[in-house]
Amino acid sequence: MEILVCVKRVPATGGQINLTADEQDIDTRFLGFTVSPHEECAVEEAVRLVEAHGGSVTVMTLGPAEAEEQLREAMAIGAGKAVLLDSGGRDWDPLATAAALTAAIRGREAADGPFDLILFGNESADSGGFQVGIRIAVALDRPCVIGVKALEVADGNVRAQRDAAAAREVYELPLPAVVAVKEGINLPRYPSVPGRLRAKRAPLDVLTPDDVTGGPTKVRLEVPVRVATTAEVLGEGPAAAPRVVEVLQQLGLVSS
Amino acid sequence: MILVLVEHTAGRPERTSLEALTVARGLAAATAGTAIEAVLIGPGAGDAAGWLAPQGVATAHVVEHPELTDYAPAAWATALAEVMATRRPSAVIAAGTDRGNEVLAYVGARTGLPLATNCLAVAPGSTGNGLSLRRQRWAGSLIEHAELAAATALLTIAPHAVAEEHADEPGAPSVASVTPTLASSDLASRVVGRIEPDAGTVSLSDARVVVGGGRGVGSAEGFAELEELAGLLGGAVGVSRVVTSAGWRPHAEQVGQTGLRIAPDLYIACGISGAIQHIVGCQAAKAILAINKDPEAPIMQRARYAVIGDLHQVVPAISAEVRRVSGG
Repeated sequence: MEILVCVKRVPATGGQINLTADEQDIDTRFLGFTVSPHEECAVEEAVRLVEAHGGSVTVMTLGPAEAEEQLREAMAIGAGKAVLLDSGGRDWDPLATAAALTAAIRGREAADGPFDLILFGNESADSGGFQVGIRIAVALDRPCVIGVKALEVADGNVRAQRDAAAAREVYELPLPAVVAVKEGINLPRYPSVPGRLRAKRAPLDVLTPDDVTGGPTKVRLEVPVRVATTAEVLGEGPAAAPRVVEVLQQLGLVSS
Repeated sequence: MILVLVEHTAGRPERTSLEALTVARGLAAATAGTAIEAVLIGPGAGDAAGWLAPQGVATAHVVEHPELTDYAPAAWATALAEVMATRRPSAVIAAGTDRGNEVLAYVGARTGLPLATNCLAVAPGSTGNGLSLRRQRWAGSLIEHAELAAATALLTIAPHAVAEEHADEPGAPSVASVTPTLASSDLASRVVGRIEPDAGTVSLSDARVVVGGGRGVGSAEGFAELEELAGLLGGAVGVSRVVTSAGWRPHAEQVGQTGLRIAPDLYIACGISGAIQHIVGCQAAKAILAINKDPEAPIMQRARYAVIGDLHQVVPAISAEVRRVSGG
């Protein structure tokens, strides 16, 4: 089966996120880059499906020229082809992102035939728009399921599971389909040395898409002010237990 | 008019939808004369609508259809779009849940309208055109100030980021029945079954007490003590990302940026340092009790209560004391 995975290059943020002076972006001078954990799992899932069913994995991103690094990482664990849509380094809104990816997918499918499955991470780690996959599914008129934590492909259908508060939901949809996965669906592998070497030399297509802004429009970013509290220390070690239970009683969590 | 998609369980509106209604009331108050209407879909919708008048809802559109016995995202979007077509709302608001984000993304895709997800606050724009809003990025580690100009603004509200008004008293708004026209493609993706948790399992999203474990728990076996305490308190176990990456616990228990957002009355954080990626998942807890060897751990700055010590000694001691006072 032919599988496309869409990923996004994002900064690998640590404990503290710092902004640039104009508050337009994260200050990435001292940060590495990665893809969202959900997307790492999407690439891994695609590679596993192709290992089981045959076919190939294509990985696609809309991002700056440097996003080549993330595409090569995906190729190092088993994606065969890669497409970079050059964003010119700008932050594209969800409508523009979906339009650019849809146009590129249509172009690719016109040349090489349809993708059986298009995988996304559930939401990008940075902007968290929760919509690009669905916008592309609607544009391509394909069924879609998001939030997927388990995926099986058999007899031209995908069977997907998604966590909900009361019980895990099971979805079944016909291929070709669009699926957005969440971390937890698998444990991504580390790339092998031969995989890395292969990925380094693999060809990579670069396209320049049209930007059609749709909103919302970013004005500025803000690091939320979190008021540090001073915790009331209930005690040290096991001797604190009676005082802890008093607090549990005050909170109505243990009957008095 | 502002239209709110209200999710419901067992004939009652979901808490996250009540939070969305809080934001809708704020926005309606800022633009005088704006009414709030609600859309509720599927079995139990009529009963849930009966709680919405005290929430400021003038009319509830109750959607029923023989094919809508269970959740089907595209069909829900079709139903919502039908109400939008006749009622022409200036804004459509849903909770920033899997379903709320998903259904509004479909509506946005089909109408070409932009969608701003996981908003914290929404107000009329300063230029008198469109809306000015604040929304979560990085699951809440960052806030984005944005503007949204559209014929109809599509918005979802970040769960547990605004206070909801409890629906303690029923009160029925006027009800309009809707039977949408569904295409077969609307039902191509739908819930066809459920995998029920083991009997007696307390849902992590609904638990009043969550006993959280992090790296400090040290092993899969180490969680037995946390499970015991959670069981005694009628609560659930939650974990940090380190724990699921190590394979100690299933991913469904992860609290944080790539897991669940929870809002229990008490979060007991055991051996959790308090990285921002975890804090964004538990910061809506009414109180945090941190049990940690390190009094300087970042979690201490978020906690109301703290016990300094080894969780493997402290947690069993708390369990024993709970048993003693409960006479068990």
